[in-house]
Amino acid sequence: MRIVTLLLTAALMLLSTMALATPVDTYEFKSPENQKRALSLAHELRCPQCQNQNLIDSNSPVARDLRLEVYKMVDEGKSDSEIVEFMTTRYGDFVLYKPRMEGRTYILWLGPVILLLIGISAGMLFIRKQRSQGAAAVDLTPEQQAELDALLKGSKPDVKHDKGQN
Amino acid sequence: MKKLVLFIPLALFLGMGVFLYKGLFLNPQKLESALEGKPVPAFQLEKLETPGEMLTQENLKGQVALLNVWATWCPSCKYEHPFLMMLARQKLVPIYGINYRDERAEAIRELRHEGDPYALNIFDKDGRLGLDLGVYGAPETFLIDHKGIIRFRYAGPIDQQVWTETLYPMVKQLQQEASGDATAQGTVQTSGAAS
Repeated sequence: MRIVTLLLTAALMLLSTMALATPVDTYEFKSPENQKRALSLAHELRCPQCQNQNLIDSNSPVARDLRLEVYKMVDEGKSDSEIVEFMTTRYGDFVLYKPRMEGRTYILWLGPVILLLIGISAGMLFIRKQRSQGAAAVDLTPEQQAELDALLKGSKPDVKHDKGQN
Repeated sequence: MKKLVLFIPLALFLGMGVFLYKGLFLNPQKLESALEGKPVPAFQLEKLETPGEMLTQENLKGQVALLNVWATWCPSCKYEHPFLMMLARQKLVPIYGINYRDERAEAIRELRHEGDPYALNIFDKDGRLGLDLGVYGAPETFLIDHKGIIRFRYAGPIDQQVWTETLYPMVKQLQQEASGDATAQGTVQTSGAAS
């Protein structure tokens, strides 16, 4: 009787660890290179069901199927682009974490570069303007110079009059 | 002029703001199907009720039809089922079923208990056809035309609103196309066009 209970407990414990296990598939790759390639590919493909998880992270049945499909195709010697093609013809460009470079994704790829260029050119324009204005600011009229001297001497903290400042 | 230039960042910001605000209300679960405009992928699977009887994509051609992906493990399918029964009674359009990753005996039992709205039921035990169709969850419904081309995919359960607002107008239009083709070829009109 005790042995039976013991065995039952052991079986239950085994079962509970199985239930807790994260998505680890028992798939045997033909070579370690294949495994590396398949895993990196599956990392770059998005699970269509639980969005924001890739095929490796997700344990939804769809992700499991797709993951195994990727593994199988890698072992069959299919190229990366063939596998990606297989996925996108079925699930659309949505499954790609890294969008392809094409007509409607140009703004996605080039937008940040364009924004950076705009930023840099605006900054350069601003600096150039400041420089030329800085040089001009030295030339004060005698009246302004007198006013400035008076202000500096008086050194009032709340000077509202800032005519000659720039 | 110079002052207007200073407003450019504000204008850009507002533009982005509107764009992103709209994005908040998009449904990320609504994915466009990559298969719209493409034929139903080739398959050879058993009929649900009769093991050994093979069905292929050719069995789905001939009339405008709905291709409904369902399973007994899927609660939304149970929610959808009564509406499919009603649709089937109206005989507006045949409904083909894909029993997706399911147990045959349970599926048959369920149909016997709850009624069978399907003209044909394809038994896709391993989900291979589902994978080729880009199915990511049940229920999903594909609208296919008389040539077996997928014209629309709806993910989620169909109800009265989806049917009247989205599916039925497309069904009617496709049936008109089908009857146009049929008369052009001088062949017998399909039953779908007659109804």
